[in-house]
Amino acid sequence: MRSLILRTVAPLIVGLMVLFSIFVLLRGHNEPGGGFIGGLIAVAALSIYGIAFGVETVRRAIVFHPLAIAGAGLMLSTLSGLVSMVFHVPFMTGLWIYPVILGEEVPLSSVMTFDIGVYLVVVGAVTSVALSLEERGED
Amino acid sequence: MSVADLTFLALLLPFLGAIVAPLLTRILGHNAAWVLALVPVAIFLHFTGFSAEIARGEVVTGGYAWVPSFQVRFSWLIDGLSLTFMLLISGIGALIVLYSGGYLKGHPHQGRFFSFLLMFMGSMLGLVASDSFLMLFVFWELTSITSFLLIGFDHQREAARRAALQALVVTGGGGLFLLAGLIILWNMTGINQFSLLTAFAPQVKASPLYLAALVLVLGGAFTKSAQFPFHFWLPNAMEAPTPVSAYLHSATMVKAGVYLLMRLYPVLGGTPAWQIILPVFGATTLIIGALLAVRQTDLKLMLAYTTVSSLGLLVLLTGFGAPYAIEAAALYLLAHSLFKGALFMVAGCIDHETGTRDVTRLGGLRFAMPLTFAIALASAASMGGLPPFFGFLAKEEVYTALSAFDGRAIIFAVLAVVGNALMFAAAFAVALKPFIGKRIETPKAAHEAPVLLWLGPAVLALKGLAVALLSGTVHELITSPMASAIAGEARVVTISLAPHIGVPAALSTLTVLLGIGVYLRLARLRAAIAAALAAIGWGPDRGFDQAMRGLVRLSSAVTRRLQTGRLDIYMTATFTLLAVVLIVPPFLYGELARAPVFPQDIPLHELAIMAIAVIGLVAVVLAQDRLTAIVSLGIQGFSVAVIFLLYGAPDLAFTQFMIETLAVVILALVMTRLRLSPSDHRPLRENLPDAAIALACGLGATLFLIKVTEAPFDTGLSDFFNQYSKTIAHGANVVNVIIVDFRGTDTLGEIAVVMIAALAILSLVRLRAGSLRRIADNDPDAEEASR
Amino acid sequence: MEPVFALLTGIFLTIAIYLMMSKFIIRMLMGVAILGNAVNLLIFTSGRIMREVPPVIGPGLDVPAGPVANPLPQALILTAIVISFSFFAFLLVLSWRAYSTLGTDNTDEMRVAEPDGAPPPPLGY
Repeated sequence: MRSLILRTVAPLIVGLMVLFSIFVLLRGHNEPGGGFIGGLIAVAALSIYGIAFGVETVRRAIVFHPLAIAGAGLMLSTLSGLVSMVFHVPFMTGLWIYPVILGEEVPLSSVMTFDIGVYLVVVGAVTSVALSLEERGED
Repeated sequence: MSVADLTFLALLLPFLGAIVAPLLTRILGHNAAWVLALVPVAIFLHFTGFSAEIARGEVVTGGYAWVPSFQVRFSWLIDGLSLTFMLLISGIGALIVLYSGGYLKGHPHQGRFFSFLLMFMGSMLGLVASDSFLMLFVFWELTSITSFLLIGFDHQREAARRAALQALVVTGGGGLFLLAGLIILWNMTGINQFSLLTAFAPQVKASPLYLAALVLVLGGAFTKSAQFPFHFWLPNAMEAPTPVSAYLHSATMVKAGVYLLMRLYPVLGGTPAWQIILPVFGATTLIIGALLAVRQTDLKLMLAYTTVSSLGLLVLLTGFGAPYAIEAAALYLLAHSLFKGALFMVAGCIDHETGTRDVTRLGGLRFAMPLTFAIALASAASMGGLPPFFGFLAKEEVYTALSAFDGRAIIFAVLAVVGNALMFAAAFAVALKPFIGKRIETPKAAHEAPVLLWLGPAVLALKGLAVALLSGTVHELITSPMASAIAGEARVVTISLAPHIGVPAALSTLTVLLGIGVYLRLARLRAAIAAALAAIGWGPDRGFDQAMRGLVRLSSAVTRRLQTGRLDIYMTATFTLLAVVLIVPPFLYGELARAPVFPQDIPLHELAIMAIAVIGLVAVVLAQDRLTAIVSLGIQGFSVAVIFLLYGAPDLAFTQFMIETLAVVILALVMTRLRLSPSDHRPLRENLPDAAIALACGLGATLFLIKVTEAPFDTGLSDFFNQYSKTIAHGANVVNVIIVDFRGTDTLGEIAVVMIAALAILSLVRLRAGSLRRIADNDPDAEEASR
Repeated sequence: MEPVFALLTGIFLTIAIYLMMSKFIIRMLMGVAILGNAVNLLIFTSGRIMREVPPVIGPGLDVPAGPVANPLPQALILTAIVISFSFFAFLLVLSWRAYSTLGTDNTDEMRVAEPDGAPPPPLGY
């Protein structure tokens, strides 16, 4: 599907979709959304990119191997759970801090990093599946 | 550190030693034995410290809570009986460690051997130290497992593997009987500690379950102590290296069964059943073991069968119930450990130095191995019951116990004399015959064994003499407390080397004369027994083979019947069962759903979306080409997403939309390559039963779900999440808060599954064509060869 | 509303099981995909049905203002959807590999692991 129209719009769409996926991820705690959905939107974006420019371009664009991304996500989620050990509370207890950045109070929490980990696992794992299957389709 | 902590450490020490043994052996070679022997020496010294208290008749207990909810403790009991065993285990253990340093010198796996040996030592110590039932059982099975490892040490020979498995099956299986018996005792009394059980003896003996408990406990004891008809594993265990035979299969492990009988004597003993079963089995084992011992020509096998025989004598004495029988059992047990351990090590020395163990190919070694000869003679004299050795005292006591003038005693006395005479002959066949007569050429040129090899047997043989000479002290410190602990009341052992004329002395003399007679006609007797055995032609040993083969055949047949290898049969069976489970019980118990109320005011768009879902489903079933199938599959998936959206689940709806899109994409990617029709081209008569089962499942699920939703709903959990999602977890989206916070650990597991699935898919996609062919051939050898 | 959902779940389950009992891997795959939806609907229904009110707490509130849809089954289903997708993708690739290796899509002919007439097990030690 090397159509000119797709190739022209694809970067724009993909960029918007990735941004949107991160937005969905971050708002997930208070509105519908979250790591799973956000991750899947990002995968859809990458798939469109792959359809427009080929698998190799996608691989170059995301720099890391998709499974490395997934592994990092799993690690991040596990560590988010383990942080609680430092404070002598049970595994996976949510911990919150409220630093003031640029005059705004920003709530940060181990729960959020956990959700980011989920996002990364979904992005990495599903992208890996989709890319490897698309790759096979080309030969 | 308190005494209790030190005792615990002593029980733990062999296992710690087992951990460092391989490393130590890599550094020091066979000289690691000198260091590792410190482990049993330390244990020996620690437990010697209790001997004064024990001699005063006190009992030391200690321990920690283990499974508090079941009142199970990790607790030990040190009395005359267990202390004797502990000293034997650690004392002989030290000598055995040194001996195996010399025996397996240069063996590539000597470190592993030390490790196994120390693990066994720890298990055996734990077994005799146990006060709690479960602790005894755990250590009991541990001795079976470590003995399996030691017998199978030379694992490249099939005979060793078979012997190891046989020992494990027989003794490990017996352990299960023991567990059942102990649990019955526990249920009967509510007590699971030996030290407290004695007080309940009358209650146990009066219980209707007494016989069941007794038989089960005997099942454990008889298998472990190789009583007929379970004796066959012990001679086969001689496949193990000789230090193992000397340690496990004569001095310690095989006595665990006897130990158990002695431990439970105050509780279970003294009843008619006890006094019939034990002596009968013991005497049978005594005679059969002795006859088979005489029949052998292999030094180790002769000793092994005499061990069987001696164990029979011990069981006989424990069950006999006459005055002095318990004292005799205690004395004989001690004497046997000393002389049999020494004799096994002597046999090992001969084997090690000459290269053969066949008694008919050995002769005239007295000049080449004078020291070994002296040790052998001393030990054999003890075994044959000649003064001034300890075996003599034991035998006198045995005959004292058996020399009552009633019919039962006379029968058993006659049997004991015959058995002892045969053992006498076997003892001298091992200890005298290889050394006297004309020198016979052996595979290796014989010379005296190195110090590591003769040190152990020499110490044991000297002890056999010293213990007899200092019998007063020994009785005070060891045998009297031991007999008292077994009997559950104070007993004093008095026998000494001082000459005493009477029935026992006469029986002793008779035994020796008879023994000499047998020794002189050994070859003829051997041939006669061999002919008799050939005439019978079947034994429990062969029976074991047949049982194992039968087991393999049976399981293979059952597996083939249940696992036909056809997926559709598995599927049909699974779903038929599902349908039955969903439909039959509600019918039987009258739990069917009442007439459900279908709402009349369903909005049209909701009905429409459900109808679209059903149409999509039907289209999937009927699709004739790939595109229709994929699109239909997508339709039902998107319909479900819309349903989620309509019913208050936007998170689910979005996820489902994304997933369905991706599923359709990858399905299309793969299916274009499969080039297969999605339709079912089977005849209708094959499809109809499937449809019927599927329909039954669907109907069952519907009825089930209606019934479930008819019941009032417990909103406790949901209310909890709604209430605390914001106040505790600071999140307004309750679903997301549950996923990442309340149930975060579940989610962690789930993303791990996603990750693993992705890894598996990637490796499947990346498989090379060549490796696929090997998988298809299903031939591991070819795969190995192609590497 | 629950009886309607029960009926719908029953239809999903029927179709899924019918497809899974086929001998052809593609149909079995589609059955597995539908089975996932059937089970999700089952969980959803047993948590009771509530129209249009997602379990989201409004701004400025500490607890939901009125009755909302049950959040617990939703949380269960959300992860179940992703897991069943991973599972489905794995099965898909597995059957593609099986097909390209064995050259058949009929499970009756896929007998590599448990072939007919396999030799009897070894009886030694």
